[in-house]
Amino acid sequence: MNLTSGTSRSLYALTATLTLAVALITGCGGGEQATSTTAAAEVTPIQVKGSDTMVNVAQAWAEEYKKVEPSADVEVSGGGSGVGIAALEKGTIDIANASREMKPEEIELTKKNTGKEPKEFTVGFDGLAVFVNKDNPLSEISIGDLATIYSESGTVTKWSQLGVQIPGVKDDTIVRVSRQSSSGTYEFFREHVLDKHDFKLGSRDMNGSKEVVELVGTTKTAIGYSGMGYATGEVKMLRIASKKGEPAVEPTVENTLSKAYPLARSLHLYTLGEPEGAVKAYIDWILSSAGQKVLQDNGYVPVGTAPAATSAGEATTAAATTPAPATN
Amino acid sequence: MTAIPASGERVRTRLPGRRPLTILGERALEILIRLSGFSAIFFVLAIFFFVFREAAPVLFTSEFDPKEFLFSTQWYPTSERNVRYGTWALTFGSVAVTALAMVIAVPFGLGAAIYISEFSGKKQKEILKIVIELLAAIPSVVWGFIGLTVMSKLIVTLTGAPVGVNLLNGGIILALMSIPIIVSIGEDALKAVPDSYREAAEALGATKLQMIRRVLLPAARNGLLAAVLLGVGRAVGETMAVLMATGHAVQIPHGPLDSVRTLTANIAAELGEAAAGSPHYRVLFLTGVLLFCITFAVNLTADMAIRGLRRK
Repeated sequence: MNLTSGTSRSLYALTATLTLAVALITGCGGGEQATSTTAAAEVTPIQVKGSDTMVNVAQAWAEEYKKVEPSADVEVSGGGSGVGIAALEKGTIDIANASREMKPEEIELTKKNTGKEPKEFTVGFDGLAVFVNKDNPLSEISIGDLATIYSESGTVTKWSQLGVQIPGVKDDTIVRVSRQSSSGTYEFFREHVLDKHDFKLGSRDMNGSKEVVELVGTTKTAIGYSGMGYATGEVKMLRIASKKGEPAVEPTVENTLSKAYPLARSLHLYTLGEPEGAVKAYIDWILSSAGQKVLQDNGYVPVGTAPAATSAGEATTAAATTPAPATN
Repeated sequence: MTAIPASGERVRTRLPGRRPLTILGERALEILIRLSGFSAIFFVLAIFFFVFREAAPVLFTSEFDPKEFLFSTQWYPTSERNVRYGTWALTFGSVAVTALAMVIAVPFGLGAAIYISEFSGKKQKEILKIVIELLAAIPSVVWGFIGLTVMSKLIVTLTGAPVGVNLLNGGIILALMSIPIIVSIGEDALKAVPDSYREAAEALGATKLQMIRRVLLPAARNGLLAAVLLGVGRAVGETMAVLMATGHAVQIPHGPLDSVRTLTANIAAELGEAAAGSPHYRVLFLTGVLLFCITFAVNLTADMAIRGLRRK
């Protein structure tokens, strides 16, 4: 008995030692690699943080820029516009992505903490899309109805109250999908749909745009909102009317650019003071046609290129509105 | 030399080659060990002090109402019109998830501990213990991931709930996370019961189940209670997994299929955006103090319960 337990114990110990050894070897290898790259590049990375709506495009920019300017090192993280702006206030990052404008008190705080005024760059436009599950027969909604669903004082809690029957569903309580309060999309929605009133508590507050779309895609009775670039085949983007009775507008590139779509918004970068050196070069590149092409490929609307964008814009429109055919 | 008493003589012979330097080193080591012991007290106090220091200024402002903070369900920290800091729904969420997790984890955890300690063979025991320790080593974010993807789909198909990320999901995930702790500490507690107790019970003609129920469980109750409470501690403090699995909705749940938000998840989700020094930031730290108080109360009750049991 003693012998068996002894053997198994030593076997266990042997396995543990081997695992440790392997981990050590790989760990050392990784470390060497890391030091060699930093030694070769010798640049301080550009720190970018903020909007979750923009995190995909920001990542794409960073990767694309690396091809153009191999010495550049851009580090992107998300968390929400509020998180990016909070980091900028502390001066710990170079660029804050935000899908909303900075508030006066945030600008004040940044000035107080860092001594520099935040500088705003508008790098693109986005339509904030309202999603429902693809099985939901609804195809358009007014801002007023959205507010009665989402607002604290809103009374609509069931789809039948809006005259919507979802096939194959017994309990038609509306599952409200929202974003957590650090999100710029959350604040934009509150300002433009709820008229700065508060959200009704009890919504599922998701971490990211992608999670909103995923949850709406798997839940028949759900409704959610996100940047239109996040649309998938499982969800349907609703046409939005500014007021009940007015014609509803589809979230497309053209409608966002012409501001016919009521929930069009700008995407911003913020820097501390006038950007210099590598940061300036990076932002210049983002605003150039190459950078704007990346933005467009990610489903957003580029800035200042309205007439030239139409041909390429159509391709994006088609991509962005793929779920639309399911509407009719 | 001859005047040295016998006892001194004996010490010298027992510890040959002992030099003043060695004695000094031993002293230093002793002090070091004592310091490490006391450092626990120091760290607890320091953590409480710093968390409280960040939170304290908001206590004396006019917009803060302690009654609202503790008993209101209205959590609107970033409202443009009417900022409200009510944490009742969050506290309730934390307590509800933990309670549900314990309802699942305690029977399974203690059952597994009893099985491993009393029924399994030597080889099986070795394997089970290694696997359970492996279970304890799974990072919480991985548990959260399982909750978000696997468990949520299962819950939707099995219960017909509209959304799979809810109280039940969080409870199951937390139960799975605390079971390894309950099992390993519970098993240690059972192992600590002297074999003579078992032999005495068997000699009196008790069956194995009678022996476990009447002899082992009462004898090991302190240790088993400690095991359960450490499980509770893990469940109350867990952040990442509940953030991902509970659905993150501020509301008092009406049933296990409603989404909730816990105190810990709320801090994790919101501290990043709250500007340092703002009321929102301070209230989040105050939520930390509240969490600290809850775990302190749990530990204190446990301690008193154990003392009470001991006195009987």
